[in-house]
Amino acid sequence: MSEPETLTVDVNGFPTRVWRKGSGPKLGFLAGFGGLPRWVPFLDKLAEQRTVIVPSLPGFPGGERGHSVLDNQLDWVLAVRELLAKAGLVGADLAASSVGGALAAEMAAIWPDSVKKLALIAPFGLFDEADPATDPWAQRADNVAGLMCADPEIWKALKAVPDGANSVEWPIEQTRANEAAARYLWPLGNTKLEKRLPMIKAPTLLIWGEQDQIMPRGYAERFAKGISGPTRVRTIAGAGHLAELDRPAEVAAAILEWTA
Amino acid sequence: MKFMWFHLMPYTELPDDFREKNPSVWVDIHSSLFDPRRAHHMYNDFMDEMEFAAECGFDAICCNEHHSNGYGLMPSPNLIASSLARRTTNTALCVMGNSIALYNPPTRVAEEFAMIDCISGGRLIAGFPVGSPMDTCYAFGQNPSMLRERYHEAHDLIVKAWTEKDTFAFNGRYNQQRYVNIWPRPIQRPHPPIWVPGGGSVETWQWCAEMDYVYCYLSYYGFKAGRATMQGFWDEMARIGKDRNPYRAGFLQFVGVGESRQHAFDLYSEAAEYFYGRCLHVDPRFASPPGYTTEATQRAGIQGMVQRAAANSASATPSASRIGNTPRPTEMKQIVDEGYVIVGSADEVVEQLREVATDLNVGHLMLLLQFGNMGKDLAKYNTKLFAEKVMPKLHPLFSEWENRWWPQPMENTQRAEVPAYLPKVAAE
Repeated sequence: MSEPETLTVDVNGFPTRVWRKGSGPKLGFLAGFGGLPRWVPFLDKLAEQRTVIVPSLPGFPGGERGHSVLDNQLDWVLAVRELLAKAGLVGADLAASSVGGALAAEMAAIWPDSVKKLALIAPFGLFDEADPATDPWAQRADNVAGLMCADPEIWKALKAVPDGANSVEWPIEQTRANEAAARYLWPLGNTKLEKRLPMIKAPTLLIWGEQDQIMPRGYAERFAKGISGPTRVRTIAGAGHLAELDRPAEVAAAILEWTA
Repeated sequence: MKFMWFHLMPYTELPDDFREKNPSVWVDIHSSLFDPRRAHHMYNDFMDEMEFAAECGFDAICCNEHHSNGYGLMPSPNLIASSLARRTTNTALCVMGNSIALYNPPTRVAEEFAMIDCISGGRLIAGFPVGSPMDTCYAFGQNPSMLRERYHEAHDLIVKAWTEKDTFAFNGRYNQQRYVNIWPRPIQRPHPPIWVPGGGSVETWQWCAEMDYVYCYLSYYGFKAGRATMQGFWDEMARIGKDRNPYRAGFLQFVGVGESRQHAFDLYSEAAEYFYGRCLHVDPRFASPPGYTTEATQRAGIQGMVQRAAANSASATPSASRIGNTPRPTEMKQIVDEGYVIVGSADEVVEQLREVATDLNVGHLMLLLQFGNMGKDLAKYNTKLFAEKVMPKLHPLFSEWENRWWPQPMENTQRAEVPAYLPKVAAE
């Protein structure tokens, strides 16, 4: 696994990290809950066939304190639109997970020409009182890993302080990612995205970890039903909420096939 | 020094197996544990106790705000304070306080506090807490990433609503109002004294000093645990050139007075163990919503831990998730040994509190003399003994300092006469 090229773009005055690796048609990826404090095998799998471009969401690792100036849905949506534009992703295929999935869906709904094909992994954005999503911000610290990934060790490895990293700033950055997600989605994760799903014309693949303990599987059908474009639901065995971390090869293969 | 009688209004009938059967006293405590008909008696007992404390000569009576909480039955402390305004005459009313980020619009607080100040003839102390994570982010659903920004904006709006003579427009980040012009206005000018309860954050200390507000450290863990925080506060005051006027600070302490130390120990054990065992049984999953603790405070905490770890030659990885997870004693001996509750004869309590007040340099001592499931008779006994045998000996402490943060009520001769409530007359 080799490191990607790292670019920095400005979003609302905050220097924001954009990773880039591979060759071929562009494919964007927006991270899920907790963000990407380090490059992961899933992105390498995508980079084997595509130019994979990974902009950091505001407040997520690589996104500085960009979330702190975003006060409402419009602010978030415009920030991510600017991020995609500066990362050269307008008009490209877009994959996104969890928190990023809610924002990717907004891009496809509000700017239909900006997303060619869409792949969403257990996205936030909806809430069903009869089948509530798990509250990711009200958890004992030692429970989080097992809620995010089917194999908790994968989450722990993602979040572990790397050799040579600042041991004070690193944990603050991880908390910041959770805060940024909260700023956008508190308290229920309901962005009223349901109203805008019919505006999504892009062919959309919905990927769900079979063992997702955060986002109920029934939400896949709610997305599929609401989206105007063609949809397909794929369940990934052995995967939790962040399916791309648990089963990088299977999830990457599904996305590459969908966007081929 | 000032003695302030504080009530949390705990539900007094949580079952013996509460800890074993329930995950939390706060946020998701089960409704089946709440009996409104029993709560009728609890509220009335509690308000009797507060009125009794006022009669006994305490300088202030204090109430506070909690939500979905088995040890704090006051979602709206203003309701309690307004009742007390009618049933007391010279005692200050300390509402400690209203979680101002939760009120929409925050002018509601400006209005209600102005009402209490008018009804009471200018006896209000206006407490402005940020509020706990459990109250604000979980029970009330406020966004933890915006809570502090909303708090500061609400503060600015309330103070302006109290002081600006003309109708004004407020164009805030979170609050926009075209016509702000509250009626009534507070009696106290420029506004009732503002007190701020806080933890150990340097930003809060600096802000209180800058605004000339009283900083209150309201911990349930007593003077031993509070020493480091208050030391930090006074160090910061010295650093920014403020004097050591003890009335800049308030501090909360549980106290049980008896005939002797053993007598007091025995008398208050059940209530103390009820409080520390059942009332502080909070699920840690509600302790640290991301964004509630500022990054500066996280940084200071982690650096502090790193330094402590280094000093101990330990190589533990620092973690920000320890908040709320510290195991605490729930048995009386440890509760007393750790200083959570001070017990003793009146003279012993005098000496301990003298040490606390001088050591921590606090001029406003907030006292929990009812706690846990303590009944009215014992609460009144504790209150009376304290008022008669402890308070007079400590009142002269800090008399060399001016208390600029105490309410300035109307002259007694100008105040309304509040007739005593006589049920027999009312029935005729």
